[in-house]
Amino acid sequence: MSDFQIKKSPTVYDAIIVGSGAGGGMAAYVLAHAGQKVLMLEAGQYFDPRIDAHQLKWPWESPRRGASTVRPFGDFDASYGGWELEGEPYTTKNKTEFEWFRSRMLGGRTNHWGRISLRMGPKDFQAKDGLTDDWPITYDDVKPFYDKIDRMIGIYGSTEGLENEPDGIFMKPPKPRLNELFIKKGAEKAGVKVIAGRGSVLTEALPNNSDRAPCFYCGQCGRSCKVYGDFSSSSCLVIPAVKTGNLTVITDAMVREVITDKDGTAKGVSYVNRKDLQEYQVSGKLVILGASACESARILLNSKSSSHPNGLANSSGVVGKYLHDSTGVSVSGFLPQLMDRKRYNEDGLGSVHIYSPWWLDNKKLNFPRGYHIEYWGGMGMPAYGFGGGVPHMNGMVPDRNGKMKEAGGYGKSLKDDYRRFYGTTVGMAGRGTAIAREDNYCEIDPNLVDKYGIPVLRFHYKWAKEEILQAKHMQETFLHMMKEMGGVVTSEIQGPETNYGLLPPGKIIHEVGTIRMGDDPKKSALNKYCQAHDCKNLFVVDAGPFVQQGDKNATWTILALSMRTAEYILAQKKKQNI
Amino acid sequence: MNRRDSIKALGLTALSTTVLIDACKQPETKTEVAAPEETAKEAGREKWELDRDKKLKSETFFNKHEMATITVLADIIIPKDDVSGSATDAKVPEFIEFIVKDIPEHQVPMRGGLKWLDVYCFNKYEKSFVEASEQQQIAIIDEIAYPKKAKPEVQAGVIFFNRMRDLTASGFYTTEIGVKDIGYVGNSPNQWAGVPDDVLKQYGMQNVKV
Repeated sequence: MSDFQIKKSPTVYDAIIVGSGAGGGMAAYVLAHAGQKVLMLEAGQYFDPRIDAHQLKWPWESPRRGASTVRPFGDFDASYGGWELEGEPYTTKNKTEFEWFRSRMLGGRTNHWGRISLRMGPKDFQAKDGLTDDWPITYDDVKPFYDKIDRMIGIYGSTEGLENEPDGIFMKPPKPRLNELFIKKGAEKAGVKVIAGRGSVLTEALPNNSDRAPCFYCGQCGRSCKVYGDFSSSSCLVIPAVKTGNLTVITDAMVREVITDKDGTAKGVSYVNRKDLQEYQVSGKLVILGASACESARILLNSKSSSHPNGLANSSGVVGKYLHDSTGVSVSGFLPQLMDRKRYNEDGLGSVHIYSPWWLDNKKLNFPRGYHIEYWGGMGMPAYGFGGGVPHMNGMVPDRNGKMKEAGGYGKSLKDDYRRFYGTTVGMAGRGTAIAREDNYCEIDPNLVDKYGIPVLRFHYKWAKEEILQAKHMQETFLHMMKEMGGVVTSEIQGPETNYGLLPPGKIIHEVGTIRMGDDPKKSALNKYCQAHDCKNLFVVDAGPFVQQGDKNATWTILALSMRTAEYILAQKKKQNI
Repeated sequence: MNRRDSIKALGLTALSTTVLIDACKQPETKTEVAAPEETAKEAGREKWELDRDKKLKSETFFNKHEMATITVLADIIIPKDDVSGSATDAKVPEFIEFIVKDIPEHQVPMRGGLKWLDVYCFNKYEKSFVEASEQQQIAIIDEIAYPKKAKPEVQAGVIFFNRMRDLTASGFYTTEIGVKDIGYVGNSPNQWAGVPDDVLKQYGMQNVKV
């Protein structure tokens, strides 16, 4: 007799949500608070920032001193996962590149993200650039949800009245650090606009919320916050939703496929438990995918049946296509004016204090869409890699006696240099709009399964001239700004052979667009409420539905669209349409 | 929760988790499989991370002679001065022993570099590096510590010394001694009110507003 069996649960939930990140978390929050009985499946393990954050640890509390050996963003970073997961490969096609970052944990990547919370603007939804497709919805459709999220989660920023950088309902922004004042001055001379940052960190008490406390300025949002002072889906959405008594969470549940009835409606989900490796099936009246743009596409493509031979929600064939990640280019160096600077605590908060919204008119440029700029630098906590630049920088500027000296060295003189250069670093990175293209996609690799027997994704992604020319502009702008602020560039200046420093796609971890929404079922997988054209009780709430991302980081829009979809589900249920 | 409460709450991780534990139970049809934990649990770490650390710590990479050489080099790079102690005071050699196991790309260049150093030293002074006099040691270091002016024939030594110097700095400034020396004063709950007035004045930044 075989030991193999599939364990089926008799409970039929009102909704099954796959994934606990921003999209899944928000859908669970709205539905559970409305009294729906919801089951959430998370592929990773349980994570509560209050208990599991490595916040306020010192570098010596890590044997590798915070090095990124086991976690790509360092040993204290709040991410279980990374670019590579043991036993869960992905492949690329025709020697193209794509880097796929996966967090396997409650709250997903929202536990460690940068908290930069930008609304997409009217021109991001309808760009009219002659190249990209319009969304089936406008900024005005999404604005009420952005507003609700601002109030519910909390966001700081400054009211600016910029057309395509819509203001939110802001708490006070943090004051700039010293290097940021130099950036502001240099940027002004270079013609670049710099305004207060916009981030989901509580700089003030959040009204009517007793679970979350305001920021206490350790600058460590990436480690996740023990007082829930910033937005993570775990702390702000899933854990509160569990407290309603209406949400059940199963962790370590790696979803295989959505199961459909003979008539093609979704009836449940099958998954493998990562710990016991047993197979399970759960039933629900609705299935909501929020597993991430690529993972949700993978689940749909793997959910083949006689009524959905191309995979679920894929009669159009668009699932997996139009994959796009933000572009990224950076330049870094140091400010000699800041050598021997006074020491004080400038940790500030862990998201951005300042940023540059896109400030130019693309009609006058040789690339169609813009970028925003994020900045860093200052007297941070030492970690693995500390001081690595000093034996180069000490040959670039005069010493204490005003004389040039030889780069390198050792001993007391080098020790003095480590002190002199501490806190002088400055850097900037562009995050730009990449064009959604049919030919940039993920698909099922017919030749490979992961260790659970689930067919894996194969990526095909190439940058085109629109992104490369934008990257060139970024690098030129950053070098200009560095010059104007009196900075010395230490990063390598990149030429056309390296696309001017343009990072490979996937590296910015803003990948979106693989399950696009649209009014035409022949050209899109979802309608404008993120409901599958082919399967009325199936919804997608991650970044899969994005038609065309702006230069704005995706999370705030994922949250807004997920809330909008969840409210639509409740309204449709009332009308007994689903 | 106000700010004071939140700072108090930082020390408390024993938040009532019963609601969450109940919620995380598997559906009723499932039988719980209690996997025996070999390594003690630590909040915020996956088990494989703890197992990996434990394994690395149980292994030894450098032999006694290599460790002795690393110790001499680390203290040449970061000696004791008026502000703080030396690299060995901060246990930098122990850190280097761990990090080459953690990041195996360091292993061949470090082992080979140490060997290069001994051979170079022996050819010059008929002694290994640790057995050479302080003066002889420094003479060799002067040849490899300045990448731009070093002679081409000692290029392998330069590359090794660059790595050794960076590992020493990493190991030193990430200890209590090093953090205090460099003057990092953060990592504690506070109110960020912007750049102090005297500093704004020092750099003429009083009127720069964002």
